[in-house]
Amino acid sequence: MTTSPPATSTQAPPRPTLAVWKFASCDGCQLTLLDCEDELLSLADALDIAVFAEASSAVVAGPYDLSLVEGSVSTPEDAERIQQIRAASRRLVTIGACATAGGVQALRDFADVDDFLAAVYATPDYISTLATSTPISAHVRVDFELRGCPIDRGQLLEVISAFLARRRPTISSASVCTECKRRGNVCVLVAHGTPCLGPVTHAGCGALCPSYNRGCYGCFGPMESPNTTSLIRQLRVLRMSDVDIDRVFHTFNAAAPAFRDAGGQP
Amino acid sequence: MTTFDPPAAPGTPAVPTPRTTTIEPPPLTRVEGEGRLVIQIRDGRVEQARLRIFEPPRFFEALLRGRAFTEPPDITSRICGICPVAYQMSALAAIEQICAVEVAGPLADLRRLVYCGEWIESHALHVFLLHLPDFLGANSALELASTHRRHVERGLALKKAGNELIRVIAGRPIHPINARVGGWYRAPRRAELTALRPALEQAREIAHETALFAATLDYPDDHLDAPFLALRAPGTYAIERGRVAATTGLDIPPGEFGEHVREYQVPWSNALHASLSDGHRPASGDDAGTAGADAGSPDGTSYLCGPLARFALNAAWLAPAASETAAAAGLRAPERNPFRSILVRCVEMVYAADEAIRIIDRYEEPDEPALPVEPRAGTGHGATEAPRGLLYHRYTTDAAGTILDARIVPPTSQNQRAIEEDLRGVVERHLGLPEPDLTALCERTIRNYDPCISCATHFLTLDITRA
Repeated sequence: MTTSPPATSTQAPPRPTLAVWKFASCDGCQLTLLDCEDELLSLADALDIAVFAEASSAVVAGPYDLSLVEGSVSTPEDAERIQQIRAASRRLVTIGACATAGGVQALRDFADVDDFLAAVYATPDYISTLATSTPISAHVRVDFELRGCPIDRGQLLEVISAFLARRRPTISSASVCTECKRRGNVCVLVAHGTPCLGPVTHAGCGALCPSYNRGCYGCFGPMESPNTTSLIRQLRVLRMSDVDIDRVFHTFNAAAPAFRDAGGQP
Repeated sequence: MTTFDPPAAPGTPAVPTPRTTTIEPPPLTRVEGEGRLVIQIRDGRVEQARLRIFEPPRFFEALLRGRAFTEPPDITSRICGICPVAYQMSALAAIEQICAVEVAGPLADLRRLVYCGEWIESHALHVFLLHLPDFLGANSALELASTHRRHVERGLALKKAGNELIRVIAGRPIHPINARVGGWYRAPRRAELTALRPALEQAREIAHETALFAATLDYPDDHLDAPFLALRAPGTYAIERGRVAATTGLDIPPGEFGEHVREYQVPWSNALHASLSDGHRPASGDDAGTAGADAGSPDGTSYLCGPLARFALNAAWLAPAASETAAAAGLRAPERNPFRSILVRCVEMVYAADEAIRIIDRYEEPDEPALPVEPRAGTGHGATEAPRGLLYHRYTTDAAGTILDARIVPPTSQNQRAIEEDLRGVVERHLGLPEPDLTALCERTIRNYDPCISCATHFLTLDITRA
């Protein structure tokens, strides 16, 4: 109806077109693009930014060469909308934990959504929502998934650069531990006895939390082959309670299968 | 070629009568949130001016139940990628009140310092990327870069200075990881902070220069009548602590916020509205333990929080550099034209950069990064000044520190009613304008408030129905 781009399609543009879409999310992953202060203007030279509602009032009709999708699907309308976006996109990349794993709002998957509604709204009937918050890949084909809550700025630039160069992005699927070692950090888990999800968490943040004397809390979601069973055994040795173990797995990537199963049912 | 036609928003559509025409101009953009504007005009009168927010609800207050008292800073920061520090700071204030822990000295200074970073990055985002294009007739800052490249480049440098401050103290600008109940995981070294000084000096200069430039812009006439509400801490421009004050004479501790501000639900919005009353809530409005917000209509008045409100209530406590910028830009408190809020944001960026430098200069590394904290049963209240206005959190925990109840009142929720009233006034005064011009003016009216709707973004589409 009213949120549509102009009906007329333009001539094929000389530069690849970029579209940025938002579903249920905090806006932080698309903000990461605007946080590329040093690169933003050259990015805008290399790409034709066709749809980016936060940054521009200009809206160009599809199709789009590259769509970046932020957020999870949590309403019936959004389940429809992602189909249309997929159909209009040559490449579709999801950005962040909401789009790749359902996000923190996927905690509703473990509860009764009606209880959630009643806790926040006096008249739940006014609110349109689904009982689940699902990743984009549960609805359409996804060409690449960028992890993180939020995504890493360097990784975002790598994905866009790779797209412009028509190559596969060079994004490690190893664990945070590899980044910690490279950074020369002392292991907070072994040396300090601090519970840490680094061994099972996807790299990308640069081992941020351990660098601040804090255990990783898994905001990039599970790495490629996470041995959560072994880590949970170690967390228990550190006297972490089962309820705390459940909580740490069931936060920002609660619906990612490896973390969902590791956390048990709260 | 495929064209993409996003579907209509859920919710209550404007109800057209047979004689009604509905006009659907292009989407309104450069706002942080998913919503639309619905305006109904009949016989030359504005019947309805509504900001309909259809941002999908994410139920933070519900999912916080059963979590540990240590978790709200990390969890609630995910409400907003633009002002995560504000969520962390309000959550910490509330929880530390429950735990009877008072963070002071350098640990408290670091909180004000990281908050200065957020004010700079968030205001710079709004001033340069969202708001300024309106005044210069551009669709975006990227487009603006072709005509006003220096301003855009310097705006990005200013924004980066704010982000860098957050990154150094707290790990990353979006969902920073260093804040914890009782203090920090790691206190920065003095040298790390002093290295930021040159960028902050430049930021202060850019913000001042931007205020002078913005003072030369054309401002539509507008006058907001609603009372202003902000934190107040006499002696300083309140950011991370203070009492809740309003131009009505209200002056209360954050713990009494819920007795004076009532949240209620309206059918056209997924965000709750709020109203300010004289302090005696009706019995049905008591949501202290379990219930969600009230249904039904407001019994108090609309009010506004954010830069205009802070400037109205606290301008006397701006430090000299910011006061000079305000004077040079022709600003006097109270400023009641929302279009001129861009000037106030510039003044606040001067203040934040200047204040950050003062804090860095007196910073001494603390012995320990955090105070010990034990869980306790109780209810705590936290209020801080997010870039867009007062952000209130309330938590109730049991003796083990498990959260039994959470309530979060963000600034945009509080401002919705005042925004709608302003919008109605703007439309009434400009009914004679051609449709595209009226549409553009309505979009600008919304943008003046920097609404952060999920604390997030998408389309805000305008519907004007004329009967």
